[in-house]
Amino acid sequence: MGIIKKLGLNFTWFKNLFKKKIARIGIYGPPNAGKTTLANRIVRDWTGDAMGSVSNIPHETRRARRRQGVTIDSNGSSVTLDIIDTPGLATKIDFKDFMAFGMSEEDSKRRAKEATEGVIEAVKWLDDLDGVILVMDATEDPYTQVNVTVIGNMEARKLPLLIAANKIDLPTSSPARIHSAFPQHPLIPISALEGQNIDLLYKQIAEHFG
Amino acid sequence: MKGIQLDLISEDKLDGMTSMEKVRLILDEVRNGKILVLEKGLTPNEQTKLIELTMTEIAPDDFAGIEIESYPVKQNDSFFSKLLGKNTMKTRLTVIGPAAQLKTIKKDRDLISALVSP
Repeated sequence: MGIIKKLGLNFTWFKNLFKKKIARIGIYGPPNAGKTTLANRIVRDWTGDAMGSVSNIPHETRRARRRQGVTIDSNGSSVTLDIIDTPGLATKIDFKDFMAFGMSEEDSKRRAKEATEGVIEAVKWLDDLDGVILVMDATEDPYTQVNVTVIGNMEARKLPLLIAANKIDLPTSSPARIHSAFPQHPLIPISALEGQNIDLLYKQIAEHFG
Repeated sequence: MKGIQLDLISEDKLDGMTSMEKVRLILDEVRNGKILVLEKGLTPNEQTKLIELTMTEIAPDDFAGIEIESYPVKQNDSFFSKLLGKNTMKTRLTVIGPAAQLKTIKKDRDLISALVSP
């Protein structure tokens, strides 16, 4: 080692040659599927921080947020990720839907405008990802256009995708319905809120994106 | 006679259009209150383009966006398509309309059921 130092040789480039790059993983899904709840849980479990606020009013997340360098260790596998919590994807945004939650007309219109910008931002992020965790609400019909579009894009780009069938703490949830709709992709039934099966999700993340 | 106009667009017509032409046609027609049925749907990339452009056109009390329903794209994994390195995506039937007038009631692997209101 001393000789190497004396000769001024540096092996960093050699180590970097075999070092895995950090995978950039987007958390996608329709509004209110639990994307930020899941992002908060992952980031809190592995870094102690949180990622963003959650609400029962749709489109609470209207800007994509990136948390860099989250290392997940599970079952002997380790993976370091940049996690991007994206705004909910939608094909329609009506400000009157927000007024139904008691928001003023002015606030609702502002939220709708920001939400449309958020959707565009989420779509643009698809070009810069190494994989996606698609969060689906397991109490809802899985054949939504948002799910079809995200899955189609990942398949076209040949990028890995994990489906998180969220809200299994609710009695009407049916992860089996999601699996029968998209059997070609790995699915993990979870409750991001209660933490059910979250270790299983970490194991899949480490294996899938590592 | 009053009613909702329904346009069925053939695969041949869609094949002769660029992605941007398809997206523009869809949005223009849907903004005019038409319901479109595309014999051959949009590629995943065209679907995201349509979502992006729709978002830029949403305006309070004017246009709330679109309702779009399609089946998941099928992978064409035949030997010849692989050998020729051709696009292996097979897009499928798609229904698109104004969000204020078209509402999907039920959708499964082989059926899209929707309600159209005036």
